Amino acid sequence: MNIFLGLAETVLKEGLIYGVMAMGVYITYKILNFPDLSVDGTFPLGACAAAACIAKGMDPWLACLVAILAGAIAGCITGLLHVKLGITDLLSGILVMTAMWSVNLIITGGSAILQFFNKPTIFTSGLVKLLPQGIYAHRQLLLILLLAIAVRLILAWYLSTKNGLLLRAAGNNEQYVTGLGKDPGIMKIIGLSLGNACTAFAGCILAQMNENADINSGKGMVVMALASVIIGLAVFRKLSFVHFVTMAVLGSVIYKACLMAALQLGLPNSYLKLLMAILLTVAIVSEKFGKGGKANG
Amino acid sequence: MAEVKETKAPETLISLEHIDLTFNPGTVNETVLFTDFNFKVDKGEFVSVVGSNGSGKTTMLNLICGTLVPESGKVMLEGKDITHMPEYKRARRIGRVFQDPAKGTCPELTILENLALADNKGGSYSLTRGVNRSKLDYYKELVSQLHLRLEDKMDTKVGALSGGQRQALALIISTMTPIDLLILDEHTAALDPQSSETVMELTLDVIEKKNLTALMVTHNLRYAVEYGTRLVMMHDGAAVIDSYGKDKSAYRIEDLLKTFNEISIECGN
Repeated sequence: MNIFLGLAETVLKEGLIYGVMAMGVYITYKILNFPDLSVDGTFPLGACAAAACIAKGMDPWLACLVAILAGAIAGCITGLLHVKLGITDLLSGILVMTAMWSVNLIITGGSAILQFFNKPTIFTSGLVKLLPQGIYAHRQLLLILLLAIAVRLILAWYLSTKNGLLLRAAGNNEQYVTGLGKDPGIMKIIGLSLGNACTAFAGCILAQMNENADINSGKGMVVMALASVIIGLAVFRKLSFVHFVTMAVLGSVIYKACLMAALQLGLPNSYLKLLMAILLTVAIVSEKFGKGGKANG
Repeated sequence: MAEVKETKAPETLISLEHIDLTFNPGTVNETVLFTDFNFKVDKGEFVSVVGSNGSGKTTMLNLICGTLVPESGKVMLEGKDITHMPEYKRARRIGRVFQDPAKGTCPELTILENLALADNKGGSYSLTRGVNRSKLDYYKELVSQLHLRLEDKMDTKVGALSGGQRQALALIISTMTPIDLLILDEHTAALDPQSSETVMELTLDVIEKKNLTALMVTHNLRYAVEYGTRLVMMHDGAAVIDSYGKDKSAYRIEDLLKTFNEISIECGN
C-alpha cells in the first residue's frame, strides 16, 4: 500500500510539473493552432537558467522569474521567425529548439548536468520551512500543486480578458482580428511567449525538485505536452464546468499515470519514448475519430 | 439624402489613383489586371459594382482594404496616402463583410464574446475583463434587430449558427463601431435566396441608419440595379459603366445584361 501511495505521489508531482507545461502548450497548440516544437528546447532552458542562477546564489523564487522570462523570450523568437520572417510554424520551432541546445550548454558552462545540491530551492527555503513535521515530508507535492493551481488561475484569467479573447480570436480566425484593427501576428507572438514561459517554468520546477538541471530533459517534451493536452480534452470535454486549461493539467497527470503503470508492469526503461510516441498517436487518432463521429451524427 | 448632397460639392472618401497591378509578374502566368486604373468613391455614396469573374472587382476591394499593394499608383483615404498602410490599421476605418460567412466571425467564440470583441474595436485590448456582462442588454438589443432570435442564444458558439445568421452577425460586427466605409464583398453570394434577401435588407437598414458610405460587389444584377446610388460595371480592369443619380435609376437588369453579353462577345466567349 505504501509503495502504491509513494508511486501515486510521484505521478502527481511529475504530472503536475509537466502539467504546467501542458497548460502552456494548450495555448499554442489548441488556441493558436500552432504545433510548437520549441518546447523541447525551452523546458531545459528553464531548468538550466534556474540552476545557473541558484548555483550563483540567487534567491530560488527570483530564479523562477528568470527562467520564466527566458522561456518567454525564446517563445517570442519562435513567433518572430514565423510571423515576421515567414518561416513555417514547424520549422520555426525546430530552429529555436536546435538553437536552445547551444544556449543551454552556454548557461551550464558546457556540462550536460548542472548540480546545485544543498543550495536553497523553492522546496527548501522560505515559508515551506514553517510547515509542520507531518506535512513537510509532502512539501514537494503541496508546493507543486499550489504552483500548478496558480498557473491555472493566471492563464484562465488571462484568457477571459480582452487581450485573451483577442488571442483566442487570432487562433480561430486571423481575418477577424485584422478586421478589428489588430495585427494577428502580434497575438501569435504573445501566445508563443506565454506557452514557452509556462514550459520553462515547468523545467525550472523540475530542476529545483531534483536539485540539478539536465540539458537532455527536453527530449520528448513536445510529444508529452501534446498528448497531455489531447488526453485531457478528450476525457473531460463533456464536463462543461471544467476549464480547458484545467483539462490540460489533468491530462498530464493521467498521461504520467499511464507511463508509470507501464513501467511498473515491467516495461523496460528504453521503451519509454516509444510508448510516449504510441500514446500520442493513439490520442490524436481517437480525437480525429471522435470529431468525425460528431460531424456525421 | 441625395438632395442634400447635390447642393454641396461631394467630398472624396477613398480614391485609387493611377493603379498598376500585375499578377505573377515575370512568370508564364503573368496577368496584367490594372493599368493606370482610377476610381473614387464620394462620401455618402452607395456604390454597387458588378462584373464577370476576373474583371477586377474583388481585387479593387483588396487594394482599398490593403490585402494587396499596387505596383504603382496610390490609395488615398480622405486625402491621406494609405497605399502602404497595413490591412489591420486600415480596418479601423474600413469595415468589410466577406462572401464567406466564416470570415466575419469567430466560430469557436460565443455570440456574446464575438460582440464584446467587436465592441472594443479601436480600443487597446488590455488585460481588463473581456466580456462586460453589464452590456449584455445592449448586445441583445443589437442582435434583436436582426429578427433571427439570436438574442436568446448569446452564449452559443457562432460556429453552430447557419451561414445566413453568421453573415447577419458579421454585418452587425463590422458596423458596430464607427467606420468611414463599409465594404461588401459579394456578401450574399454564399447564402440561400431567403437568407440572401434577409441579409440584403439588413444591409440597407444599417447603411441608412448609420449613414454609411458603402461599396458593394455583387453578382446579383437585381441588387445592383435596385439598390445604391451608383452603379459600376467592371471589365478587364476598367469601369465600363459608371452611372449616377437619375441615369442610375433608369437602369434595368436587361440593360446590364445586354452590356454584359456585348462584352463577352467582344472577348470571343
